[in-house]
Amino acid sequence: MKIVILGCGRVGAALATMMDRAGHQVSVIDYSNEAFRRLDPKFNGDTIIGNGVDEEVMIRAGIKDADAFAAVTNGDNRNIMASQIAKEIFKVKKVVCRIYDPIRESTYNELGLETICPTVIGAQMLFEALENNK
Amino acid sequence: MYIIVGGGGDVGYYLTKSLLNQGHEVLLLEKGSARFQALSDELGQSVVRGDACEARTMEEVGASRADIVIAVTGEDDDNLVICQMAKKRFNVGRTIARLNNPKNELIFQKLGIDVTVSPTKSILSLIEAEIPGSTFVTLMTLKRAGLEIMEIRIPANSPIVGKTLNTINLPRSGNIALIIRDKEYIVPTADTKILANDEVYALVSREGEEALRTALGTTS
Repeated sequence: MKIVILGCGRVGAALATMMDRAGHQVSVIDYSNEAFRRLDPKFNGDTIIGNGVDEEVMIRAGIKDADAFAAVTNGDNRNIMASQIAKEIFKVKKVVCRIYDPIRESTYNELGLETICPTVIGAQMLFEALENNK
Repeated sequence: MYIIVGGGGDVGYYLTKSLLNQGHEVLLLEKGSARFQALSDELGQSVVRGDACEARTMEEVGASRADIVIAVTGEDDDNLVICQMAKKRFNVGRTIARLNNPKNELIFQKLGIDVTVSPTKSILSLIEAEIPGSTFVTLMTLKRAGLEIMEIRIPANSPIVGKTLNTINLPRSGNIALIIRDKEYIVPTADTKILANDEVYALVSREGEEALRTALGTTS
């Protein structure tokens, strides 16, 4: 499938590399060229420089015929806005949005966005690790 | 009315002051500590330090009894989230967002923001109106009706100069509301004649704009 990833930080770069290795067609957007250095040297996908909450940048990344979109920048609000654009304007079938703030995450989840909150997941895992140690 | 303003930049500051002057209960949220200090020195208790995107902050300032939430930060994604959170979590009846990028207008409308205000677009059209030679200027957009109020200066070479309104083939959705000639204003009737350099004020639908341009012999 064709996937557009917004944000090439640690998570974005790792996700892009994994999807590329799994044989998918990947485009990664980041506003800094530097960020793309995090990608695997064998990465075959496209890299697009630009602000991902800009429709034109998303079009350049191929959002119009993408099967999936993932928003993983550092900014919750940027991820939220970009995901809603992907879902509501470009009608991308599968949209996943990372939101650090648990309250915001649950609100947008109720609004119908598929959301992942690493804060809650991370805390839960740490909790379990500590509890199991007893 | 209880109004919460998110973002204490220049727009937020002047907006808060003017709303306070009108007698409203206003609360301005600013997250930066230095900026907050400067604002609270002048506006006192009307400013609270905090992020209007954060539900906890909004709860503390009583967002659920707010009549209006206005988001005027310099970032469109922040303004979008402030308004959506206010609507969804706190059932605020009316949300108004500042648009920094005019292209986001349609997106914000689709995503449920009640009113969007685009300073960039307003400034552009005000400047356009002041540039000599521009014949066709949008003065105002009436969003709900999908209409625009246009100012049209009739060039001397327009084919309709000297013609009466009932002989001009105006588009159905283009209504001439007022003509200003020298210092006089004329409320036009069917047999009002158009003269060169008339300033014509028209109400026109977005789709009718092109037809009106053609009818009046003006090109942009």
